[in-house]
Amino acid sequence: MESVMEQESRSHEMGLHTEQLRGRTQQVFFTPDEEANFVYPDAPDVDFNKRAEFDAAEMTSNEVNLKIRELMEQGHGTIVIKNPMARHSLGVGILNRLNLYFEGSLGYFGVGLIDGPNVRISGRVGWSCAENMMAGTVIIEKNAGSTFGAAIRGGDLVCKGHVGARTGIDMKGGTILVGGDTGAFSGFMMQRGRMVICGNASHNLGDSMYDGTIFVGGEVKSLGVDCVPGEMTELDKAWLTRKLKQYDLLPDKGVDHFSKYVAGKQLWNYDNLEPTEKKLIL
Amino acid sequence: MCGIAGLIHRGKSSNVGAEMTAMLQALKHRGPDSTGFAVYGAPKEGLFVMRFKLAEQEDLAQGFAIHQQLRDRKAEVDRRIESSGAKIHDSEQATEYAFRYHLKFDGDMRRLADYIEDVEGVEILSLGHGLELIKDLGDADVVSGQYGLKQFDGTHAIGHTRMATESAVDIRSAHPYWAYPYNDISVVHNGQITNYWNKRRDLERRGHRFVSSCDSELLAVYTADKLESGHSLEDSLHQAIDEIDGVFTYLVATRDELGMAKDVMAAKPMVLYEGDDIVALASEEIAIRTLFPQEIDTFDPYEGEVRVWKA
Repeated sequence: MESVMEQESRSHEMGLHTEQLRGRTQQVFFTPDEEANFVYPDAPDVDFNKRAEFDAAEMTSNEVNLKIRELMEQGHGTIVIKNPMARHSLGVGILNRLNLYFEGSLGYFGVGLIDGPNVRISGRVGWSCAENMMAGTVIIEKNAGSTFGAAIRGGDLVCKGHVGARTGIDMKGGTILVGGDTGAFSGFMMQRGRMVICGNASHNLGDSMYDGTIFVGGEVKSLGVDCVPGEMTELDKAWLTRKLKQYDLLPDKGVDHFSKYVAGKQLWNYDNLEPTEKKLIL
Repeated sequence: MCGIAGLIHRGKSSNVGAEMTAMLQALKHRGPDSTGFAVYGAPKEGLFVMRFKLAEQEDLAQGFAIHQQLRDRKAEVDRRIESSGAKIHDSEQATEYAFRYHLKFDGDMRRLADYIEDVEGVEILSLGHGLELIKDLGDADVVSGQYGLKQFDGTHAIGHTRMATESAVDIRSAHPYWAYPYNDISVVHNGQITNYWNKRRDLERRGHRFVSSCDSELLAVYTADKLESGHSLEDSLHQAIDEIDGVFTYLVATRDELGMAKDVMAAKPMVLYEGDDIVALASEEIAIRTLFPQEIDTFDPYEGEVRVWKA
């Protein structure tokens, strides 16, 4: 079996370690100005200085989510929810700017499918937090369950504690920052974006990743298929420093100890041959 | 997808029946078909406690004759217990088909269990010193109410809400499982075991018996086999991670221990709260929150992780 170092050297020779953000979508349809000013047609016009809070202890998930919508429609731009009691699917599908605070823990699928809000959770989150998140920030003060940030497309997703298995599975953009350790198969089938793990990463990191970058501050138990070490550049270090500092996660010793992992791009799906050409070879 | 839960009090007893009922009711959405409890109370000196059923719940809809058949089966069970040299100390009837006996017996436990189960329709749900295993169709509140579990004091308990995927919706296929006829071992499991038949045949060749075709029962028998061979509970859990294929998270309880194991893919959930005097774990934190309404620190055990706690 080919060693990790051999994979790395081969992928470097092929010039596959320069991450470039390319693509028609980014070049043509979204300029930074447009993105900053983008709002959904039915998004309520909220005022961040208008604050509301309510106690969710005796409410169902559906009632909590309806209450959030009702408050947003009344123009509240800052909403505080007390005692979420680890209920599932809270704060999902919010497609406008909002400051949302959960004083407690969320269950599964918390704040999924969001596009824009800034969310802070003082407790822990269960599986699949912020799944399919498109923009905004989500900050979790304690631990998170598995499939954290599955398929996110944008925004910053931050967990200050430890995170379970398959963190950032299928992520297509955005940034995931983990203050502690992550479980197995983190970055599985990652397609774009950046993941930063300040602690240790478990087995099969970046398994079958297509693209994107993973930074690890601690030890990596093992790399997954086609995940290889990348070259840490000064640009990477500057970005890491800025990003970790932004969320109070910058270690005292800085970021020099971080290692970088990228896709080796040796999987069959990166074969550029047409099926007919392939047949000829076979 | 099924829901599993466990709790253990360190150095004290509590109303584990009511506590486990609340936890499992919160997990009802994970499995509405049946609910099961394995609760561990204080053993009565020199007595075994046996839970058994005379028929499946669905059998009661088979006509008027079943009611007389149940009475006949019960009389035959009593006769066989007496003729085996065991003495019924006291008895309780939970439903028309489910009973709880305290027995005084110092003979061959397997022989006694085989003899009782030879009566048509009879299945021993548990037989041990501390373990009592209750399972039936319906949600946790229904089953707990039927069997008077909300007044059950003990040190630890495990429980299961079942969504039937690979076997029938009946009591026989409901969790928890015990490892017939080994005392005081019970298992609840969430997942699928893919080398079930290989391992089952292996265990059957070693003389073990299976009462169902549910893959979860394998874990109970597997654990009993390991403990019988002199391994500790912790060793058996570590070995299971290497030897059992599939995706699984499971809990095992013995007379004074509670253990958990999670497979190397970590595909099945488990949330854990570890306090000074109690440990509670469940498929979802929402179950643990029924015991702790205040903010607590919980976490997911990692892939391949094994933990064991003592009562």
